[in-house]
Amino acid sequence: MARTATAPGAPTSRLGKAAFEIDDRLIVAGPLRRTLNKVFPDHWSFLLGEIALYSFVVLLLSGTYLTFFFDASMKEVVYDGSYAPLRGVEMSAAYDSALQMSFDVRGGLFLRQVHHWAALLFVASIVVHLLRIFFTGAFRRPRETNWLIGVVMLVLSLLMGVTGYSLPDDLLSGTGLRIISAILLSIPVVGTWVHFAVFNGDYVGENIIGRFYIAHVLLFPAILLGLIAVHLLILVKQKHTQFAGPGRTEHNVVGNRLFPTFAAKATGLFFVVFGLIALLGGLVQINPIWLWGPYNPSQVSAASQPDWYIMFLDGSTRLFPAWDINLPGSYTIPALFWPTVVIAGAMFTLLALYPMIERKLTRDTASHHLLQRPRDVPVRTSLGVMGLTFYVWLMMSGGNDVIADKFQISLNAMTWIGRIGVIILPPIAYAITYRICLGLQMHDRQVLEHGIETGVIRRLPNGEFIEVHQPLGPVDAHGHGALAYGGAPVPKKMNQIGGARRAIRGFFSPIEPPARVELEQRAEGRGLSPQESDRELTTSGRPTEGGRPSEGGRPSEGGRPQEPRD
Amino acid sequence: MTAREDRPGSAGGHDIPGPHHGGPDDDYTPEQLAAMSREDLDRLGASYDGVEVLHVDPGPEPGSRLEKRAIRQVGFTFALAGLAAFVFVVIYVGSGWFLPDWHWTITEQGWSAFFTPLLGLLMGLSLALVGIGLVLYTKKLLPHETAVQDKHDGSHFDRVTTGATLVGGLHNSGLARRKLITRSLAFMGGGLGLMLLMPLGGLIKNPNKGNPLGTTNWAKGVRLVRNDGSPIRPGDQEPGSLETVFPAVPGGNIQADAATMLIRLRPEQVEEAQPRIGQADFGYGEYVAYSKICTHAGCPVSLYEQETSRILCPCHQSQFDVTQGAKPVFGPATRSLPQLPITVDDEGYFVARRDYIEAVGPTYWNRERI
Repeated sequence: MARTATAPGAPTSRLGKAAFEIDDRLIVAGPLRRTLNKVFPDHWSFLLGEIALYSFVVLLLSGTYLTFFFDASMKEVVYDGSYAPLRGVEMSAAYDSALQMSFDVRGGLFLRQVHHWAALLFVASIVVHLLRIFFTGAFRRPRETNWLIGVVMLVLSLLMGVTGYSLPDDLLSGTGLRIISAILLSIPVVGTWVHFAVFNGDYVGENIIGRFYIAHVLLFPAILLGLIAVHLLILVKQKHTQFAGPGRTEHNVVGNRLFPTFAAKATGLFFVVFGLIALLGGLVQINPIWLWGPYNPSQVSAASQPDWYIMFLDGSTRLFPAWDINLPGSYTIPALFWPTVVIAGAMFTLLALYPMIERKLTRDTASHHLLQRPRDVPVRTSLGVMGLTFYVWLMMSGGNDVIADKFQISLNAMTWIGRIGVIILPPIAYAITYRICLGLQMHDRQVLEHGIETGVIRRLPNGEFIEVHQPLGPVDAHGHGALAYGGAPVPKKMNQIGGARRAIRGFFSPIEPPARVELEQRAEGRGLSPQESDRELTTSGRPTEGGRPSEGGRPSEGGRPQEPRD
Repeated sequence: MTAREDRPGSAGGHDIPGPHHGGPDDDYTPEQLAAMSREDLDRLGASYDGVEVLHVDPGPEPGSRLEKRAIRQVGFTFALAGLAAFVFVVIYVGSGWFLPDWHWTITEQGWSAFFTPLLGLLMGLSLALVGIGLVLYTKKLLPHETAVQDKHDGSHFDRVTTGATLVGGLHNSGLARRKLITRSLAFMGGGLGLMLLMPLGGLIKNPNKGNPLGTTNWAKGVRLVRNDGSPIRPGDQEPGSLETVFPAVPGGNIQADAATMLIRLRPEQVEEAQPRIGQADFGYGEYVAYSKICTHAGCPVSLYEQETSRILCPCHQSQFDVTQGAKPVFGPATRSLPQLPITVDDEGYFVARRDYIEAVGPTYWNRERI
């Protein structure tokens, strides 16, 4: 409009004029400014979900490339590619095309391995992200919806993994497919019907690779994409949680604005994640399908293990006793049903419902935006470690034949170790974690009350030896600190409260004059600005509050937030 | 506003923004905004978004040694990333042209063995360096800013007004009163939903039709053949050995449920053998044939330990004792491996006497009834 063109402050540069033209048409300046100004809290553990997101991007890119060459058909063909040892061998077209893309497509093997590594990293980062959310209580109201979506996405990513690694139709994945078939059959009443619906008949049939393929490249990714979008929208709408600290409340977010700091860091992380996956994909061999050979139902290789995220189910299946339940009328509930369908179902249901269960038990229905330190919620933390122990123990049992082989232990002994361990280890883990949490809580309070141990031993005139403690705040007549615990880390070392000053910059050699830094520090210690540093130069090396404010800040100090440095 | 905008038909008259149009534009005139510095404008906009910038650590002084060093580091990182990317392109394009061929061959240890690792190394290095450069840039050169943004709780005003709009719309539709419409809507919704789900019925197949789960390709007189199709005579196998055999029918060696283990027991094993009840005559002399498909999860059981007479399934470590009718003796399997009744035909080759008398492979709900 003519009005803006002549108004004061109208852009003069070409870019500025273009921006005004765009905004005249789309009116995006307001929303864009709000987005750029959005504040993100700064903590390394908030990047775990981002790693999952970026792995997913790599998965989409590399996976799309692989579809150009993959043929999801179980038609029998005779291999005639560059890999000499398999030439002339009959195999399915799926396996043949997987070999073709590995050996006869320039860079195909690289991208196949990138895809597989990205998948492993994707699930791993989801799991670690979930643990972070769990142990810090980030799932509490109002974020239960996002927790639920997250658990659904975890299950979907496992399904993505299973349908994905079954596609090459090699001997290893075929064995996995056989077990999937047995698991479907084991479902009471409807098992055979479900199996025939999925496989379009008896095992193995000719449809399953094609069906898994479309589920893997269209169905599951589409649902995942939709859920990721909702997950992020809710995150943006609710704003990110933050750890307790100076100036951080339930009603604000302290950190960096999206532009430029957070955007630059996030983009940097994307490239690092992508780069790491590319390094792994090129340098570390994964799933060399040409060594397994084509699938044949009468063959199997020893040490057949699924990808790591399914190993817990393999482990539970190995450990579960041979308990078929025979019902009247010659009906059977197979033993296989319990360690696969029931355990996995129970685990994910419990996980999904955990926020509701905790809300019920604690009667805490308030909204929370400040995160909890795991030690401050010992029951939840111990439950988490208990569940994790159960999971990891099952996962290890999924490889018990390899452990038995490598460490020369009897295979049957490994099974029994696994069976006993899966029952007694989780409660032990619970008890130990609970004690550790209480111990850490007590130590926090002890430091707040008595101060930090300085390591300076002093002998009193009466001969008594005492250790000098540095109080964190004002003390009463008995020398006890008056600070209350505020849910934030308590400094426990003199360095954290500036006892050793700030490090002088420079890796090999100092790149700033050490003397000047020292002067600055002393001045700051006296509460003076750097310009006034020459006023008081006689101060002793008293521990000050300089140093590292993000860790050393006093929890109870209601003042302004200090800049988080790391 | 130009004169052309009041011409008839443009917008039904004078096109003047209504009273609710303004927002911050009413608070600040263009002249006021023009007089403000860029930083002030930034902070002003931020304050409208509930953001307050508390503290800015301006980053290294322009022209200082600190800045120069940081610039060198960041620049070097980006340059290296670019270099790695270009080398990637050269290797990708050049292999088989001016560089040796990339095709992997099993005998050679040359260039082709390095092609994939080199691609990964260069692409990974390049991308990771871009990331590292960005992080270095943020850490060392950008001003460190600490901002705080207010979190807004839900607004009571918004809830009440939105509720009024929703309920008002619903009220105006009269659905609460017009029962016939709600009922027909529910009927329609149910029908449509079911109709759209119906095509999924195409996936359903009756597993009990023709008993595909309970039968295999074995039948009376079908020869036991090796993977290459050659038939087997008694005496072909050493005592204590195991051979995987298939039914002599087309495609018999890739059938999912037909694979069978033909085992020749050692004399002492024959003595202590305790076959399953009613199956004592299923073997032939020292020979017994069991299904190779594990009764637990369907993996081929394939590790035979002669000394203990045990067959181990490598998937979940179920163990079966061949002298006790392949009874499970350890692990998660619950049922014995089904035994194939065998004999020899007129030409002296092994044949099956009939199909398995029970379903092979994993257990399922109505297995006993088939």
